[in-house]
Amino acid sequence: MGRRLSDLFHSHPRLQVGGLLAGPVGWLVIGYIGSLVVILITAFWQVNALSGEVEQTFTLDNFQTLVDEPVYRSIAGRTIAIAALVTITDALLAFPIAFYMAKVASSRMKAVLVVAVLLPLWASYLVKVYAWRTILSSGGILNEFLDPFGVSGPGYGNVAVWLVMSYLWLPFMIIPIYAGLERIPDSVISASEDLGASPMTTFRRVILPLAFPAVVAGSIFTFSLTLGDYITPALVSNNQFIGNVVYNNIVNNQPLASAFVMVPVAVMIIYLLIARRLGAFEHL
Amino acid sequence: MRNKGGRSARTAWIVVVGLLAFMVAFAAGCGGDDDSSSDESEALSEVGEPEGQVDLIAWAGYVEDGSTDPKVDWVTDFEKESGCEVNVKVAGTSDEMIELMRTGQYDGVSASGNASPRLVEGGDVAPVNVDLVPNYESVFEDLKDQPYNTFDGVNYGIPHGRGANLLMWNKETVDTDGKSWSVILDPKEAAKYDGRISIYDDPVYIADAALYLKAHQPDLGIEDPYELDEEQFNAAVDLLKQQRPYIGEYWFDFAKQISSFANGDVDVGTTWQYQYFTLLGEDEPVASTPASEGFLPEEDATGWSDTWMISNEAEHPNCMYMWMDHIISPEANAKVAAWFGEAPAQSEACAEFKNLDPAYFGAPNHCELYNADNPEFWSRVYYWDTPLADCGDDRGEECMDYNDWVSAWTEIKG
Amino acid sequence: MRLSRRSQWFLRAGVGLTLAFIYIPLIVILIYAFNAGKTLEWPPDGLTLDWFQKAVENSGARDAFVTSIKAALAATAIAILLGTLASLAVSRHRFFGRETISFLVLIPIALPGIVTGIAINDTFTQVLGVDLSLFTVIVGHATFCIVLVYNNVVARLRRVSTSLEEASADLGADSWQTFRLVTFPSLRTALVAGALLAFALSFDEIIVTRFTIGAELETLPIWIYNNLFRSNQLPIINVVAVLVIVISVIPVYFANRLTREVGGAAPTARGRAPTEAEAIAVP
Repeated sequence: MGRRLSDLFHSHPRLQVGGLLAGPVGWLVIGYIGSLVVILITAFWQVNALSGEVEQTFTLDNFQTLVDEPVYRSIAGRTIAIAALVTITDALLAFPIAFYMAKVASSRMKAVLVVAVLLPLWASYLVKVYAWRTILSSGGILNEFLDPFGVSGPGYGNVAVWLVMSYLWLPFMIIPIYAGLERIPDSVISASEDLGASPMTTFRRVILPLAFPAVVAGSIFTFSLTLGDYITPALVSNNQFIGNVVYNNIVNNQPLASAFVMVPVAVMIIYLLIARRLGAFEHL
Repeated sequence: MRNKGGRSARTAWIVVVGLLAFMVAFAAGCGGDDDSSSDESEALSEVGEPEGQVDLIAWAGYVEDGSTDPKVDWVTDFEKESGCEVNVKVAGTSDEMIELMRTGQYDGVSASGNASPRLVEGGDVAPVNVDLVPNYESVFEDLKDQPYNTFDGVNYGIPHGRGANLLMWNKETVDTDGKSWSVILDPKEAAKYDGRISIYDDPVYIADAALYLKAHQPDLGIEDPYELDEEQFNAAVDLLKQQRPYIGEYWFDFAKQISSFANGDVDVGTTWQYQYFTLLGEDEPVASTPASEGFLPEEDATGWSDTWMISNEAEHPNCMYMWMDHIISPEANAKVAAWFGEAPAQSEACAEFKNLDPAYFGAPNHCELYNADNPEFWSRVYYWDTPLADCGDDRGEECMDYNDWVSAWTEIKG
Repeated sequence: MRLSRRSQWFLRAGVGLTLAFIYIPLIVILIYAFNAGKTLEWPPDGLTLDWFQKAVENSGARDAFVTSIKAALAATAIAILLGTLASLAVSRHRFFGRETISFLVLIPIALPGIVTGIAINDTFTQVLGVDLSLFTVIVGHATFCIVLVYNNVVARLRRVSTSLEEASADLGADSWQTFRLVTFPSLRTALVAGALLAFALSFDEIIVTRFTIGAELETLPIWIYNNLFRSNQLPIINVVAVLVIVISVIPVYFANRLTREVGGAAPTARGRAPTEAEAIAVP
């Protein structure tokens, strides 16, 4: 029976693809994407303020509101800017340690560092953010440390959000870059050196371009996770991010929330298209 | 790779058909739900046999079964007596409660006034037959038949307890006697505490600004801080926009505010008794408007009065009625009022406090401390309510509704 | 690679800085696990071991921990299954919409968690009329965990040559045998790595979980969130976090060792066995 089934698949490759895809595609497309599409469609509907019933009359009012009121533009701008900053910061923080793990560390050190980098993922998100609140508070650890120098820390606000998000998503950037660097054969690096390039040149012209797709791939995680978050901004700042607006409106005014969700959706689509163009999904 | 295109079209069709099928199913599902929710729901006429389980949505601390601390438990004995196992889902905001109720998966909810009208209008809750709840009779009279639990003369819930929003400040760093909200609402005074003010993070706070203006700008003619016409509303929103630069934090969970006061990040703001007494218990130098002022600033205050409501789609209505009767029984109501930090709804609870363990359940004179039997105090407290377009007076449909409040709040916070 | 002393010094400094950044907050959590006071004041009021005992005794925490483990294991299993299927399809065949699959798989993690949560909630409660339960939680988690397995396996498959599979087929093995004896061994380490990340993500997830969990259940993040509202329980949360980290070291270490078992994996087209880094690869 198994033999016949596999013969069937073998001679009909299309069926094989279909069979392979049926599970994941069925799951994602019909179950999840379907309800996603419906949520996004509600962006074109309106809501009755008291009963909360969504009235299915087509209207562009929600988008009009988003465009007219400057607050939504500034919230979206703030979120995207911080997402970009977080991504750059994480890339800069991740690269040295990833390089060390990939090319310099001994085998045993590698294992230790991998565990060390993954460990923070097990401490609950909320616990980590509250720890940062303690660090950043006006009587907190950071200020105590900086006090002798006459400087004070950033306190809560956009800077705090940037710091905490960079912290939270760092493992998601370190691991991909580590993998990307590991895949660069040592022979290529040796060849570059044998040809007379200084380490700096080798780094700039051989390593960096080869590692770049991995950096971009890691950035997809840091960027998207920042775009959708509402808990960290609420805990370490008073500023609203896209996630906060969606969260505040999703119950009473789902159409408006859905309309605003289009922003991160659009941003991610653009980001993914650029990432693909830059070869993040390709073979090195 | 062996395949060429061609079968590509088939996959594309499968995907498209799948999506379409799904959307049709969803739309049908949506339509179906609308039809099935009845406007005319009936209250129970008698409590039958318990169904073995009851699923509740509640504010944190309202339904304690000993898992927080073995001594803090008013659920286990209920479960034994009634045979109804209690499952509780804690919600952080009224909005969340409404969302959860709409799923139809729960039997009841402890709703505040900014949720109850919406639940009634949305057909999510059923009327309550108070004759089936023996302990209801001895509930404080000024909690019965109120606009937030009685609609069109029909009772929709059982009162749980109430509290007022307090003005709290750090004695060492803030110079005020607590007689007026101006310390945080008058821009000139608020500026002195730049970055050290702590405000509740919810659109309903606009009512606090309206209440302030009721006293300080009487020509606006504000009567009900939840029913504001455009002019009144804009004035309140303006006031909050002027306050915004001086805000240190917006809080919606106790822990955040407590840690902020303890760490010295903020020094003055709005709060609930729970945070105030916790901070006092940790020897923090906080103060609140004193008893000599009736605990309230001269402009009065907003507050909340919570009601247990039963779902229209409750699968365990008998257990729900049993629960409602239990939670306002003297001992249970006393415990929850002490644990949470609010005034009990049950008048006979006041005698119970002296029997409770003071390590967990506060003082024997709890009712006095919280003004439980003091209608004069509560006449100065404006319970959270849902802003409706219908002003409820001769202005007609002129008032701002909840969506306007939410949008304005987004704008204020920026 | 030959590095100058100065560069080496800079590199080590960079590594040290990053590790410090990662571990200082964790040390803060550790300190507060011993906190005697109820607020998160700095410096802590005093030190005590009481909270450790209370954490272990707390039935809510234990139940939530077990629920989280169950959900994460199930979600990871589903993610492994579906992620592998999808990546096999995408890597080994060409068809219309191939690149869309990569995009679709990424969407659940790319969108705000609330949207994913509400989408799944709507699907179950409105369309299918199914009650929320552990099952719906698992479905929700699996949806965004698929991408972690998918990306790893796709990266690995691109490095593993098809010539081996073709040879196997030529020698008379059917598709299932080929998969079992040739393809799967070379995927194994990639799967383990993807599974590890998926498990971690599911275990710590809170936003989607809030919308997909039923009345009776709590996962650990939900329990923590609920206890944040119970002020006098605050320190217990830090203890729970510390305990979870400590408990996790062992499985993570073993999983890591699994990814390093390189012997037995088929040599690749480049004549070099897949490294552990590729095992945890996200391309």
